[in-house]
Amino acid sequence: MRWEYLKILVLALVVWGVSFWVRNDYIFNVLTMTGLQALVVLGLSLLMGYAGQVSLGHAAFYGLGAYTTGILSAKYGLSPIWGILLAQGLTLTVAFLIGLPSLKLRGHYLAVATLGFGVIVEVIFKESVNLTGGPSGLVGIAPLSLGTYTLTSFKGYYLLVWSVLLFFLLLALHLVHSPIGRILLALHDSEPALRSLGYNIHRLKLGIFLFSASLAALAGSLYAHFVTFISPYSFTFLHSVAFVTMVVIGGIASLWGALGGAVFLSILPEVLSHFEDYEVVIFGMILILVMIFTPEGLISGLERRLWRFAKS
Amino acid sequence: MENFLEFLFAGLVNGAIYALIALGFMIIYNATGVINFAQGEFVMLGAMLTASLTGKFHFPLLLMLPIVLVFVALIGALTERLTIYPAREASPLILIIITIGVSILLKGLAMFVWGKDPLPVKAFIPGGPYHFLGATLPPQGVLILLVTVLAFLTTEAFFRFTLWGKAMRACAYNRLGARVIGINISNLTCISFALSAALSGLAGIIISPLTFATYDMGTMLGLKGFSAAVFGGLGSAAGAFCGGLILGVLETLSAGYLSSAYKDAVAFLLLLMVLFVRPEGLLSLKTAEKL
Repeated sequence: MRWEYLKILVLALVVWGVSFWVRNDYIFNVLTMTGLQALVVLGLSLLMGYAGQVSLGHAAFYGLGAYTTGILSAKYGLSPIWGILLAQGLTLTVAFLIGLPSLKLRGHYLAVATLGFGVIVEVIFKESVNLTGGPSGLVGIAPLSLGTYTLTSFKGYYLLVWSVLLFFLLLALHLVHSPIGRILLALHDSEPALRSLGYNIHRLKLGIFLFSASLAALAGSLYAHFVTFISPYSFTFLHSVAFVTMVVIGGIASLWGALGGAVFLSILPEVLSHFEDYEVVIFGMILILVMIFTPEGLISGLERRLWRFAKS
Repeated sequence: MENFLEFLFAGLVNGAIYALIALGFMIIYNATGVINFAQGEFVMLGAMLTASLTGKFHFPLLLMLPIVLVFVALIGALTERLTIYPAREASPLILIIITIGVSILLKGLAMFVWGKDPLPVKAFIPGGPYHFLGATLPPQGVLILLVTVLAFLTTEAFFRFTLWGKAMRACAYNRLGARVIGINISNLTCISFALSAALSGLAGIIISPLTFATYDMGTMLGLKGFSAAVFGGLGSAAGAFCGGLILGVLETLSAGYLSSAYKDAVAFLLLLMVLFVRPEGLLSLKTAEKL
């Protein structure tokens, strides 16, 4: 755990340093988006790596966070703080209703349930035009504000999002190194053994699922107030898949790897956008090749190879 | 009543497409334990090739059909050889992510080759609609139903009466056991991908005159086909077939009588309901394991 504190401290310094070095709003924009994606991926990594469950609907939780506070802000003029809190309440309720029945079963029922839930939410975002603005999107979301202070600068959002991310990374690392984290790791080896020790696995899995849904919704809420305009096309099934991919590329059950995966897959499309129409094709190729050659995750795989290289 | 009959028929036609896709999911799932998220792209390829061959090169229908089927089957086999086979030791989750990569890749390539605009496809059968008990039935719909039933019966016969089909059933039942008695799992996996891709390609061919062909048509069709497969319990061809038909009918009826805006959500709402009430699938005999 001491190593982890050191790593977090270094990361915090880097994040802080970058804010002085970068003067370009485009880069701050990319970095803020990266931080938001990383926040979603952090929760999903806990769910996949430690609860052994996959969610194919995290973009829907992300969208629920964004649309709840977005609608409350744009249509009812509610302040962002209350919007974000209500978004959390709604997301947790929905996640509970999905998680409770599907986590009772062995196997990947949560993946199928969240997949179905994700598409339903996507359709609702598109079709309930009166509430969400439909396919053309929801405009007029207020930027974040507290009392009389309003946050508008790209740099401000960058620092806020990455502070939130670092805070939850620290929290997640504590969780992983706590007795609960060790129980969750043991879940991979033998569920009956854990049950015989008297642990309520179902409740643990549900707790992790709720936590990861809550993180996704928080990221979504911050996103809505950051860009002040949201459309259903940011919360599709493909985005859910992208989140899962980030976790897998980073290496399942590695929170730092998940962070790396989020950064890698957020920056890659920006770099590939120079290739225009080839972009998607190259993205698909990279995904396939990474999975074939480093199935333990690109980040963990490279780390292991570097260690081996350093030893020899 | 005429209305109801027309809705029912339209639902069966929709459902036939889902049934073919669900069959594809079921075949690959049983051979490898993998949910193939590129399934929808095989449908898209079938539709795109049909649009090209009939629209641009004026191939006659009966010549176009085998060419497209073989081509899509080859793409399926190639997908397995190039992406699944090299990673065969990896966990199912990794393999599933690979199929997602394949889906993105195929969609990107299709956009590159055919562009973003929908390509029109002429109706296969000329002439006006048929009349039945006061309802009007479009000829293309009748054709879709006939082809699907034929494809289902052929698949079922393949599973029951051919050696490869029996080997596939053995493999679905017990992979290790199948290997022990000398079934070549590697070849079997390749064949199952080809067969599954061909069935989905067939769905793409017959649906193309109704919806036209677009590079991104595969995603939603694939997801609904998957819902249909889960409906049927992912265990048998009959389950997948009935799952598809039921899904199509319920979807069209709710679009007709309730709201067409939320039509796309119906399949997934039903999926959630089935998962929570009968997670082993509506039409499956197995029971899900409780934790």
